[in-house]
Amino acid sequence: MMDGDIRVNTYDDGSTDAVTGEQKIRNFNINFGPQHPAAHGVLRLVLELDGEIVERCDPHIGLLHRGTEKLMESRTYLQNLPYFDRLDYVAPMNQEHAWCLAIERLTGTIVPRRASLIRVLYSEIGRILNHLMNVTTQAMDVGALTPPLWGFEEREKLMIFYERACGARLHAAYFRPGGVHQDLPDQLVEDIDAWAEKFPAFLDDVNGLLTENRIFKQRNCDIGIVTEQDIQDWGFSGVMVRGSGLAWDLRRSQPYECYDEFEFQIPVGKNGDCYDRYLCRMEEMRQSTHIIRQACEKLRHEKGDVMARGKMTPPTRGEMKTSMEALIHHFKLYTEGFHVPAGEVYACVEAPKGEFGVYLVADGTNKPYRAKLRAPGYLHLQAMDYIASGHQLADVAAIIGTMDVVFGEIDR
Amino acid sequence: MTEALQELGLHLEMKRTDCVQSWDIAHGELNVTVAPSSLVSFVEFLKTDSVCRFSSLVDITAVDYPSRVKRFDVVYHFLSMYQNQRIRLRCQIREEDMMPSIIGVHPAANWFEREVFDMFGILFSGHPDLRRILTDYGFRGHPLRKDFPTTGYTEVRYDEVQKRVVYEPVSLVQEYRQFDFMSPWEGAQYVLPGDEKTTSEAKPK
Repeated sequence: MMDGDIRVNTYDDGSTDAVTGEQKIRNFNINFGPQHPAAHGVLRLVLELDGEIVERCDPHIGLLHRGTEKLMESRTYLQNLPYFDRLDYVAPMNQEHAWCLAIERLTGTIVPRRASLIRVLYSEIGRILNHLMNVTTQAMDVGALTPPLWGFEEREKLMIFYERACGARLHAAYFRPGGVHQDLPDQLVEDIDAWAEKFPAFLDDVNGLLTENRIFKQRNCDIGIVTEQDIQDWGFSGVMVRGSGLAWDLRRSQPYECYDEFEFQIPVGKNGDCYDRYLCRMEEMRQSTHIIRQACEKLRHEKGDVMARGKMTPPTRGEMKTSMEALIHHFKLYTEGFHVPAGEVYACVEAPKGEFGVYLVADGTNKPYRAKLRAPGYLHLQAMDYIASGHQLADVAAIIGTMDVVFGEIDR
Repeated sequence: MTEALQELGLHLEMKRTDCVQSWDIAHGELNVTVAPSSLVSFVEFLKTDSVCRFSSLVDITAVDYPSRVKRFDVVYHFLSMYQNQRIRLRCQIREEDMMPSIIGVHPAANWFEREVFDMFGILFSGHPDLRRILTDYGFRGHPLRKDFPTTGYTEVRYDEVQKRVVYEPVSLVQEYRQFDFMSPWEGAQYVLPGDEKTTSEAKPK
């Protein structure tokens, strides 16, 4: 008799199965991950199952822990910047943005307007990169195969825009304290605009595949419902908040860079389930496309430098070749780095996954004394036990998918 | 923005004189220093008070200052989505002190407190499950303390003979380099190699 079988059979001669201790029902513990494709990286969940129902869920994280915060303490501010690309590697530039904002706030640097527009443009490209990845792979977790194939094609185009701006498809190191590293060629702005014009048609295609799809709705509707109280208790941010009807977006509520001059809507969900979070992400991509087009239009007219020239930023190439002081400055900047006045600051951006923040403690030297990276996924995954309890095992994959966890940023 | 923070700071100081040790506004952010013993009640006050409503926990972390008697700063960040306001609380504690856990007020504190324990070795009283979180199973030491070497103490590799991963003491072919960029003319706080003689000769005169 199977372990856990609670039936007691009665036979022709009136005898029944002998009841032994082994037949008592016990919960089943299983390991989900760290090599499971739906674990979105190296997540190990220890699940306690009662039949197919999840009783308890204990995420084991840290398998991708690289000690970023410790390493940052022994590197200069500029050397630390590329570490941010490696946190949430799905939308690298958004993380760099938080680091730049933190340094700029401590040093009181004002970013030139063109650089600010470029930052907005690439932050929104990052948002689309992230949402494309998330929406389509989440669809794959619940059984659809086509969306990721289509989505990755569009992601590829966006990564080429990354490459054309900074030379790298993924680990950009493009946003620098004081501006952005290089100016964009005019043709690139035109190409991004041309892409943004066509992109909504692609979204319509994905929409047609998923939104009214019977299987997709069965797997996502009423799964992983998040209420307003849960948001407060578990410190959610980003789409996890907006999916439940709270119009909370740092781009609107605590504007940074020049988001206040852009026109965009904040989509909110109604039920706070996985399906509403999917719908939010789809609409956010449309809004981001809208912002991209506005930014391209502004960039056509706004010419000028993309770096606040000063102690924190390198001299122009031409200047370096002709001026001795500029050459010394260039050398000192890339060896010693710049010094940031003592103080502490918490800078955050509305990253695609939620509020990504940097708590920076500077002691006046060329290295941060302490930098704490606040990743949105860390809090979302923490609530996994709370949200997944009582759901079926198959729903765990759907919930992880819409929580949008990436282990680069959670494990740091 | 700063005026609103000023008002909020005064409000906190007036309402909870017993808790607020000091407060200031720097870089457009409100910092409040609190005694560890009054932390939980103060956090609860921040969450429930209608003027504050700091109902969302953003972050808990710590900063290590080995030269101080009260070695650690434990730093809490809160956000109010309703008042659109942020606040930072700071507690100074000694190495052997324990922090009260705020899980009862904010369930989200769970993993943050585990992380602070893992990284700094600060214990939280009342935490239901204070395990290590980010470091390896069986890891020893607290990496973000300033006296923990960046290279760590052990390294791992796959052993072909034993057919498993083995732990060994770190052996680096080249010393881990910590560059010091301070200019010797601008207040370097150490004696340059070879300069010891000049000072010792100068003293007798």
